[in-house]
Formats: sequence, structure tokens, C-alpha cells
Amino acid sequence: MLAETSTRRSLRLAAIGTLAGLFSGLFGVGGGSVIVPLLVLWLGYEEHPATATSLAAIIFIAGFAALTQGLYGNVHVLDAVLIGVPAVGGVLIGTRLQQRLPARTVSLMFAAVLVLSAVELIVR
Amino acid sequence: MIGAIAIGLAGGVIAGLLGVGGGVLFVPGLVIFLGLNQHQAEATSLLAIIPVAIVGSYMQDRYGNVRRGDALLLGLLSLAGAAGGVALANALSGRVLRDAFAILLLVVAAQFVRRALGSGGGQAPAAAGVDSPRQKNR
Repeated sequence: MLAETSTRRSLRLAAIGTLAGLFSGLFGVGGGSVIVPLLVLWLGYEEHPATATSLAAIIFIAGFAALTQGLYGNVHVLDAVLIGVPAVGGVLIGTRLQQRLPARTVSLMFAAVLVLSAVELIVR
Repeated sequence: MIGAIAIGLAGGVIAGLLGVGGGVLFVPGLVIFLGLNQHQAEATSLLAIIPVAIVGSYMQDRYGNVRRGDALLLGLLSLAGAAGGVALANALSGRVLRDAFAILLLVVAAQFVRRALGSGGGQAPAAAGVDSPRQKNR
């Protein structure tokens, strides 16, 4: 029975990974907006480990997707640096701040950011 | 340029707080402040995400929050999907991409609100959750 649950768990991870990769490539995001909710809702992760594990997986996903987009000639390296360097400063602040927040707060903030981004995309 | 730096910083904070790459802010930021089109913005966002994810997960690992085995499995199993997604993105129009993305975000947000507000359903989130050893045998 333990082996069965472990197989099911691996299959779910595989499904989440595939889906996250698809969304990452399709939308130019890391895939975290797919990984975090699915780890929480589907694999019983709590918010902090879910967000942490998601970030680690994103290294592979974004790395590979960026490489593929590079082959299409769409990547603007200087613009990526302009956004990416301040973002590294931001992530140092964000991860530190997150350790002081309860899981429910992280969930609600996550939802708020998703709604704002969606509205912004539709209105634009 | 100031706008791009600000959106980069904000995207990084959100990446750290929420475990995403920051692309949900980078993509619109690259379009609005640096004048890229949707396809260029998505591609460029992916490159900007890499250092963010490396530094963020290194920090989170020091807090003991990263499940390394799961992360590796997720990352490796995503590669085929990522290649397919990039090919699909380059075959679709920018407008279609944007609307589809917006719908995805709303669906996911609704699930999170339901989870956060309906404290009855599912397991209660840990109060501080800095690390959660009771997860380990799942």
C-alpha cells in the first residue's frame, strides 16, 4: 500500500511538472502559479515548502524554456538583465519576509496577485 | 527604465513570497516599460527568472523548506512540457496568449481564496510553517 501511494505521488509530480513546463513555455512564467497550488491542493503540501520547492523546480523549467525561446530568437538579453538584477534583490527580501508570515496570509496574497495580473492582462 | 527596474524588484519580492518566478509581473513589465511584444516579453521573462529562482531556492533551502527530491523530479519532468509550450506559444497570436493566461490566473486565484477562507476543508495550514516536519511521511 505504501508503494502504491508512492507511485501515485510520483505520477502526480510528473503531471504537475509537465503542466508547469507547458505553461512556462507558453506564457513566459516560471510555472510557479501552477506548481504551488497543485502541490498544496493535490499533494498536501503546506504553503512554505510548496513555494520553496516550486522555486527550485523553476530553475530547471525556466532555464530550459529560455534556451528554447533563444533558439526562436525572441530573447532580449539586456532587457532580461535590467529586470533580473533588481529582481534578485527583490527575492532576497521576499523569501526573508515570507518566513514571518502565516500560511493563510501567503495563500491570500497569492490569490490577490493572480487576480490583479489577470485583470491587468484582460484590460490592457 | 526606472519602471523596468521597479517591476523587476517587485517581481522578485513576489517570487520570494509566493514561490513563483516573477513572470506574471515581468511579462507585462517588459511590454509596458521596455516596449517588447508579447512573444519577446515572454522569452525575455524566462531568462530573467533563472537568477531569481536560483537565489530564492538557495535561501529557502537554508530555511529547510525545499523538498529537494520532489523539486528535481518536477524540474526534470517539466522539460518536455516546456519545449511543447514554447513551440505552441510561437504558433499562437499574442492576443490569444494573453487572454488564455488571464483566465488561468483567475481560476487558480479562486481555488486559493476558497482554500484560505474555508478553514474547515482540508488540513489547516501551519501557523508559522517555517518548516514542517510532519509532512515528511506523506
